[in-house]
Amino acid sequence: MTAMIEIANAEKTFTMHLQGGVKLPVVCGVSFHVNAGECVVLAGPSGAGKSSILKMMFGNYRCDGGQIGIRHRGNVIDLAKAEPREILSVRRDTIGYVSQFLRAVPRVPTLDVVAEPLVVTGTPRAEAREEAGKLLRCLNIPERLWMLPPSTFSGGEQQRVNIARGFICELPILLLDEPTASLDAANRDVVVHLIDEKKRAGVALVAIVHDDEIRHLIADRVIDVTSFAAAA
Amino acid sequence: MAEPHSTANQSAAHADQPLLVAEGLGKDYGRLTACRDVSFALYPGEVLAIVGESGSGKSTLLQLLSAQLAPSAGCVSYRMRDGVLRDLAEIGEAERRFLFRTDWGYVHQDPALGLRMAVSAGANVGERLMAVGWNHYGRIRDTASSWLERVEIDTGRIDDAPRTYSGGMRQRLQIARNLVTEPRLVFMDEPTGGLDVSVQARLLDLMRGLVSELGLAAIVVTHDLAVARLLSHRVMVMKAGRVIETGLTDQVLDDPREPYTQLLVSSILPA
Repeated sequence: MTAMIEIANAEKTFTMHLQGGVKLPVVCGVSFHVNAGECVVLAGPSGAGKSSILKMMFGNYRCDGGQIGIRHRGNVIDLAKAEPREILSVRRDTIGYVSQFLRAVPRVPTLDVVAEPLVVTGTPRAEAREEAGKLLRCLNIPERLWMLPPSTFSGGEQQRVNIARGFICELPILLLDEPTASLDAANRDVVVHLIDEKKRAGVALVAIVHDDEIRHLIADRVIDVTSFAAAA
Repeated sequence: MAEPHSTANQSAAHADQPLLVAEGLGKDYGRLTACRDVSFALYPGEVLAIVGESGSGKSTLLQLLSAQLAPSAGCVSYRMRDGVLRDLAEIGEAERRFLFRTDWGYVHQDPALGLRMAVSAGANVGERLMAVGWNHYGRIRDTASSWLERVEIDTGRIDDAPRTYSGGMRQRLQIARNLVTEPRLVFMDEPTGGLDVSVQARLLDLMRGLVSELGLAAIVVTHDLAVARLLSHRVMVMKAGRVIETGLTDQVLDDPREPYTQLLVSSILPA
C-alpha cells in the first residue's frame, strides 16, 4: 500500500486581528494517512475543523505546524512548507479538490467550466469538452444548460457542475467537501458510483459527508476530527 | 474553484529559472519613501498580483520593475532571450526600448496612454510588428486582423481609430497591441480600472484565457481583490511602500495573516 497522504501533527490557529487579536485555535495534532485506492471520511460536528483540515491539504489554508506530506510525482512534498509554485504544481498534477460551493468566472459556459482542468493540463479543447459532456450527462445536467454559465443554476445543479469539474482529471488524490449535501437521491447515487470508480482507479480520497448512509457507502475508514480539537 | 493556471507544456528548462528578479528594490522621492525593500522572483508563466490601496506604492513598484523609473536602492534583473539574467540598470537605453517593443507588454489603466488614438486599430496592432522588422503589408494586416478577432473586436472595425471605440473595446485593442509580438512578460496597471462591471468580467475572462494559452508571465497591479483572485497565481500585499504579506493568491485571500490584509479582505462588499 502506498501512502499518498501522510499528515503529522498539523495544526491551525486563526488570529483575528480585527477582533483585537483574538486567537481561534481550530485543530492541533492532526495525524493520519491515506493510501492509494481508499476513501477516508472526516467526521465530527460542524465547527470541528473538518473543512480547515481539507483546505490545509490543498494548500488553501496555511498550516501553522507539523507536516502535510503529499506524494507528488514520485517524491514526498511537505505542503506545510512548500513554495507557492510547488503548491500550484501539486494542484495541477496531484490533488483535485471539490469545494462546497462552485466559484466560477462570470460568463464562461458550464461545459468550459468543467473542461478547464483538462485544457490547462494540455488536453485539446474539443476532447476536453467531450469528456466534460460525458460527466455532465452522467450527473443529469440537461444538455440545453451546457452552454450557459452556471451562475444562474440551482444549488444542486451548481454542485454537480463542481463535482464534474473536480472529477474530470485523473489525479491521484481527490478531496471532497460535502459533495452530496444538496443533491437528490438519484444524484447522490451517481456521486457514490463516481467515487467508487475513482477508488478502483487507485485514487486516494478524503471526504467530508454528513449523511450517514453515504458515509457508510463510501468510507473505508472514518477519522473523528474531534480528537484533534485544539485546546481553547 | 475558478483559479488561473499556468500551461502544462511550458518548456521545463526555462520554467525553472526566474524571468525577472527584484532585489531590495526601493524608491525615495526626497524624504518620501514610495516603496522599499521589495524582493521577489517571477517565473515564466507566472502571474503576480500587487494589491494595496492607492498610495501604497504599487504603481511606483510597477514602474521600477518595468525600468521606467530608476530605483534609489536595489535592482531588477531580467532574463533576456539568450538566457542571460541582466541588471536592467546596466543595459543601454536602446536595448531597453527594444525590450519594451518586443519582449514586454505594458497595459495601462487608461487605454489612451497605450494606444495611438488617431490612427486605425489595424495600425495600432501592426505598429508593434513593424517595430520588430515585419514589412509585408498583407501579413501585418492579416495578423492584426486575427488579433482583433482574438480579443473579440469585429474585424469590420479594423480601419477605425480607437477614439471611435468604447472603453471596453479600447482596452481589448490595447491588449491585442501588446500581445501581437508574443511578449514573455506583460505589466498591467489596473487593467479593468475604468470599465463597467459587465465589461470587466468579459475582459478578465479574455485576459485569463490569453495568459494561460500563451504561457505569459504577468505582473498586475490592482486594488481589486477579485481581479487578483481571477488572474493571479501569487499575490503581494503592499502597505505604506512595503510588502507586508505574500503567497499563493487563494491562500492570502482565504487565510490572510496580517492585520492589514485581513482588513482588505473583510472590506469587500458583497454584490
